[in-house]
Amino acid sequence: MSTNRSLIINGESKSVDVPDDMPLLWVLRDVLGMTGTKFGCGIAQCGACTVHLDGKAVRSCVLAVSAVGTRAITTIEAVGNTPAGARVQKAWLELEVVQCGYCQSGQIMSASALLTKTAAPNDADIDAAMAGNICRCGTYVRIRQAIKRAAAEQATQ
Amino acid sequence: MAAVFNRRTALQLSGALIVSFAIPLGRGRAATQPGKTPVDLGSVESFLAINPDGNVTVFSGKVDLGTGVRTALSQMVADELDVNMSKVVLIQGDTDLTPDQGVTFGSLSIQNGGAQLRQAAATARRALLIEAGRRFNVPPENLRIEDGMVHPPQGEPVALAALMDRKGLSLKLDKTAPLKAPKDFKLVGKSQPRLDIPDKVTGQFTYMQDFALPGMYHGRVIRPPALGATLLSIDEASIADIPGIVKIVRQENFLGVVAKTEWAAIKGSRRLAATWSEWNGLPSRVELWEYVRRTKIVKDDVTSNTGDSANALGRATQRLAATYDFAIHTHGSIGPSCAVAQFDGDHLTCWSASQATHNLRRQLAAMFSLQDDQVHCLYIDGSGCYGRNGHEDAAADAALLARAVNAPVRVQWMRADEHGWDPKGPPTLLDMRAGLDSTGKITAWESELFIPNGAAGFVALVGADHAGLNSLGTLSPGGVIQDLAIPYAIDNVKTTAHRLESTPFRPAWIRSPGRMQNSFANESFFDEIAAHVKMDPLDARLRYLQDERGKALLERLAALSAWRTWGKSSHGAKHMGRGLAYTKYELVRTYVGVVCEVEVNRDSGEIAVKRVFVAHDCGQIINPDGLRNQIEGNVVQTVSRVLKEEILFSQSKVTSVDWASYPILRFPEVPEVVMDLIDRPDQVPWGAGEPTAAMVPAAIGNAVFDAIGVRLRSVPFTPAKVMAAIKKS
Repeated sequence: MSTNRSLIINGESKSVDVPDDMPLLWVLRDVLGMTGTKFGCGIAQCGACTVHLDGKAVRSCVLAVSAVGTRAITTIEAVGNTPAGARVQKAWLELEVVQCGYCQSGQIMSASALLTKTAAPNDADIDAAMAGNICRCGTYVRIRQAIKRAAAEQATQ
Repeated sequence: MAAVFNRRTALQLSGALIVSFAIPLGRGRAATQPGKTPVDLGSVESFLAINPDGNVTVFSGKVDLGTGVRTALSQMVADELDVNMSKVVLIQGDTDLTPDQGVTFGSLSIQNGGAQLRQAAATARRALLIEAGRRFNVPPENLRIEDGMVHPPQGEPVALAALMDRKGLSLKLDKTAPLKAPKDFKLVGKSQPRLDIPDKVTGQFTYMQDFALPGMYHGRVIRPPALGATLLSIDEASIADIPGIVKIVRQENFLGVVAKTEWAAIKGSRRLAATWSEWNGLPSRVELWEYVRRTKIVKDDVTSNTGDSANALGRATQRLAATYDFAIHTHGSIGPSCAVAQFDGDHLTCWSASQATHNLRRQLAAMFSLQDDQVHCLYIDGSGCYGRNGHEDAAADAALLARAVNAPVRVQWMRADEHGWDPKGPPTLLDMRAGLDSTGKITAWESELFIPNGAAGFVALVGADHAGLNSLGTLSPGGVIQDLAIPYAIDNVKTTAHRLESTPFRPAWIRSPGRMQNSFANESFFDEIAAHVKMDPLDARLRYLQDERGKALLERLAALSAWRTWGKSSHGAKHMGRGLAYTKYELVRTYVGVVCEVEVNRDSGEIAVKRVFVAHDCGQIINPDGLRNQIEGNVVQTVSRVLKEEILFSQSKVTSVDWASYPILRFPEVPEVVMDLIDRPDQVPWGAGEPTAAMVPAAIGNAVFDAIGVRLRSVPFTPAKVMAAIKKS
């Protein structure tokens, strides 16, 4: 069944007419042309599709659009407008975290959600928050450093 | 979905073709103009154009697979021409524009691709300085170039581009054109920010997976439920209720769904009712190694033969033998492979993340009985591939579907397609033997490798095979016999690769192909010998090395890791240990040594790799931070391969088709990586995308032996295998 519905994405209201079972990922990528969020597995095993719903990291590949409701969606395109997201992106740039980068939108979204919730995460916090985001290029070492740098910057502000 | 195009304007100017480009990374809609540039390897203009606005366009046949070579190659050209990095625009992997510099693999992009670009830049530089000298009436050596401007001893400078109208770049590439001296480098050797990272951090980068054309449809393929199954029937009505389905495409055993939206294509491919024949022609997994050993040998490649190893083994007072195996692996790209194809009459255009667009063009041309020049392949960065993954196969799928609907079609594989159908790193089996004299000196070394025949040729395209079309495919596992020969000076050595007629799954190269597996056996077995004669693993290697640069690297590694003073410890069931591995990659280039520090739990069999020390000498370093990132990636990816990875299969198909059944390393398991980069600015730059990976398996295995006295000879080192090895000891 197709329904015309309104979604709050990155602070703007967007109207889409899509089947109820279409996962949010394809609404973003295919319908709205917001391709920063990536398809990796389709079964919430890799984290490439991570977005925020009301500030919490969720996997958009298994989230039917009909289940989003009125919750605010934030994507990689606008996470830099949040304090944590801005610090995370800055740290990512400073440490040159990225290799191929395909997983990095999801990594950044998970890291931003972590820092919003836990201002000064320790290694165990990072492990727990980031364990659902996999990277094949092996940038984990730098991701951990970048999260710590972003947290440190938060502390000095 | 976003669209991106290379917008080009080709100008013919005084005999020199000057091409200017802009690559909007944003969301602009398509606007192509025809344009071709020379692509032969002997002309400067195949590699370079200096544009009227001062920008330098670099045409690179080597592509950035996410490793940062876009930046490193730009550094090399900018430095050689003395232009600002920001003036360099790199076009990669476009069969109409970029020369065929060979497949982007083998850690050769800097070493070979970069060397060609640099030579082209040096040839251009010399010609431009001669021209400037003529204009200024001064000897060229009295001129200097700064930020793209040629400065005479006195007077106003002139832009490089302004010198082009007479001489252009229609020059033969001159291998003797003088290169800049290392002391004069301004960009090379210094960390430069990667050009692609800002857009990748903000979601603005257009990956292949994000590329779209106007009027483009989405396709999904439905692979057979068994590798060799044939399609008996389909029930088109089974998906008639899904809005947006455009066409069900069937050609022999190739089956796909084309739809207006990606979600409709996915749903259609999941729900389409199809009946396939049964097939169970794969070997039983528990008998894989017997199967490999039984497979017909079509030839032997003797990769090294010194002295008389058989005789020396016979005379040896002590003999050691061991067998090693390395499981079948997938590339494991996070983004499933993707391509877009479009037919315009009998002309095919295909966008893909192929590491070999020129080869892909030949394969697609063969598939559709076209001439090569009727096919245009363009590279767009995709998810990292780590070898020949499914990108080329997705291209074939997209082309088959695009032809059937006469519209542009995008195909992205699903996760199960990537795990199930990308070409695999073949199962690798090695028998090792050594002989020692009464003093414990190694007098003989023999190895026998069982590996599929073939080299880095054309890997058959899955869609073509299923559709009954020829894609020029041959058995192509990559250069898998490399690094079977050893870097040590032993009097009697014979290393033999038995080349097998077949292997269970379509093989292809995976990062450090063959080198990783062969080095695993070599460096593990060498460690076994050292332990047998009670020699320290480092001292044993130093004893048999004659290469001073290699010895120097090992000393740097020893210092970095405090090898000689580190003391192992244990608490409860957990035991710490360290292992070492060394090679000179392919015996002709990058030197690398690795020390792994592990903690092994004797009760559970779990191995945690805690720290990895790497000493690395790839000659001249182009971009130090980029190099560090590559080495970190090599370590993490290979720790994953060694501890966890193995393709599972029934006798019909791959059964490990997701990240739960084929797990890879996650955050809590990541080691600390410590490295010492040895820069040799006066030496040629060698590759770094692979060599470290080849060292990690043996370094881990040797560390486990150090920790608990048990040898692991079968990758992956799963807890079950560790427990079995403990029990056996």
